[in-house]
Amino acid sequence: MSTLDDKAKGVMDDDAAHAEGGEDTGAGGFIILFFIIGFAASMVLGWVVFPQFLYSQKQQPFSFNHALHVGEVGDGCESCHFFREDGSFSGIPKLAQCTECHEEPMGETEDEAIFVEQYVTRDREVPWLSYSRQPDCVFFSHVAHVVGAKMDCVTCHGHIGESESSRPYEYNRVTGYSRDIWGKNIAGFKRNSWDRMKMDDCAQCHKEAGIIHTSSVQTERDACFVCHK
Amino acid sequence: MKHEQQHNPPMKYGMAIDLDKCTGCGACMVACMSENNIPFREDESDKLVSISWMSVFKLTNGKAFPDTEICYLPRPCQHCEGHGGHSPCVSVCPATATDYSAETGIVSQIYTRCFGCRYCMGACPYHARYFNWWDPVWPEGMEKYLSPNVSPRMRGVVEKCSFCFHRYQLAKNKAYLNDERTVPEAAYQTACTQACPAGAIVFGDLNNPAHQVHQIVKPDPRKGNKSRNPRAFRLLERLGTNPKVYYLSSREWVRRAGDNYLAHEKTGQVSNVHH
Repeated sequence: MSTLDDKAKGVMDDDAAHAEGGEDTGAGGFIILFFIIGFAASMVLGWVVFPQFLYSQKQQPFSFNHALHVGEVGDGCESCHFFREDGSFSGIPKLAQCTECHEEPMGETEDEAIFVEQYVTRDREVPWLSYSRQPDCVFFSHVAHVVGAKMDCVTCHGHIGESESSRPYEYNRVTGYSRDIWGKNIAGFKRNSWDRMKMDDCAQCHKEAGIIHTSSVQTERDACFVCHK
Repeated sequence: MKHEQQHNPPMKYGMAIDLDKCTGCGACMVACMSENNIPFREDESDKLVSISWMSVFKLTNGKAFPDTEICYLPRPCQHCEGHGGHSPCVSVCPATATDYSAETGIVSQIYTRCFGCRYCMGACPYHARYFNWWDPVWPEGMEKYLSPNVSPRMRGVVEKCSFCFHRYQLAKNKAYLNDERTVPEAAYQTACTQACPAGAIVFGDLNNPAHQVHQIVKPDPRKGNKSRNPRAFRLLERLGTNPKVYYLSSREWVRRAGDNYLAHEKTGQVSNVHH
């Protein structure tokens, strides 16, 4: 019983000290310090470390110099990324388009050597990793935007035509989607129209351009079935 | 400046299925399965859990030989318009996963929005909607044969016939390339229409007098789009679901099978819809 009494007395003493506002400023300072350290650590963990875990990287089969090619071809992006006769978009070129020029090595770079040795002579398609591949449920019509709305490739794809080498392909470990869809900024902020490719970005641009469909009976806005499949 | 995009006059895609031509061969079902990446199971005999967007039903007049007659009835989604696009399934969907498009008249189903409550299945009087009880399992190597234009469904969502909407999207792509805004009749046809060897299915825009389906059906907008063709009827027409799939038959017992007629009631008479 005596020990319990002692403890009770100690608590009462502490209370008394608090009430007087005496010597506890040091302890309070530590609490604030630890809070700041913990806060900073969780911020670093959330904003810097977590994205490293969330995204995995792959290298392209070999580095591609867009800037060099745009200078050589006559028709800009559409020289290689063209529309087929049925209105579909060809996307990343097949080997057949490349070999129209690259039957033999056309330069002395290491990448050119890989390309010719590994793919052209063996007649294998290059397994390019597509940075802007949308999820499977999305239907995107290139022709409606490029031919119909006369939009520029840069608006969505950025200045990829000026790149001199292929950056690593980053993809979300959980969803498998390319990081270009969510955007580089983990918080989702964007400065340029090509920073992200989420549905919100489609909607934002459509709103700014004043293109409003009212075909949906449920929402009296855009019907889902226009861009989803 | 805000403006509503200039649209063509609203279309209303629909079908006319001639039951006197249908032989019940099932080619439409097969074409639909492969076109739309419809999952199947090892045992497809349990029709409560198997999925078939297009189903062929067998009807009989119930008479003894030699008066026995049978008729095959292919049943896709009826793409009901209801009143102002409020089809039974669209009205009950709490997730905006199914919707009626005023532009095409197609009842859509967005699998990534659907959370599988199955209200729509309860609401649909035609049993045209199916629930995915399992994730699709394709035989080895078959994934490479799936259509890239149709998104395969996951477990826990409802799916149904879309009038091959992806074909409309592709046809619109081609129209854009040619600087056109309308899709020609021949450019957008469903897989079942093209597969039918008897030519029993006619597909097109019911609003467009140039389209064959309009000429066959001749819908009467003052009578809830009832067909002016005496051979034509719709399934459960008196419910007021206002479907866009019309059936044709010269046989009275077949037309009678399209609705729950009482003994004294005559076919082809649509009672006034209360609304």
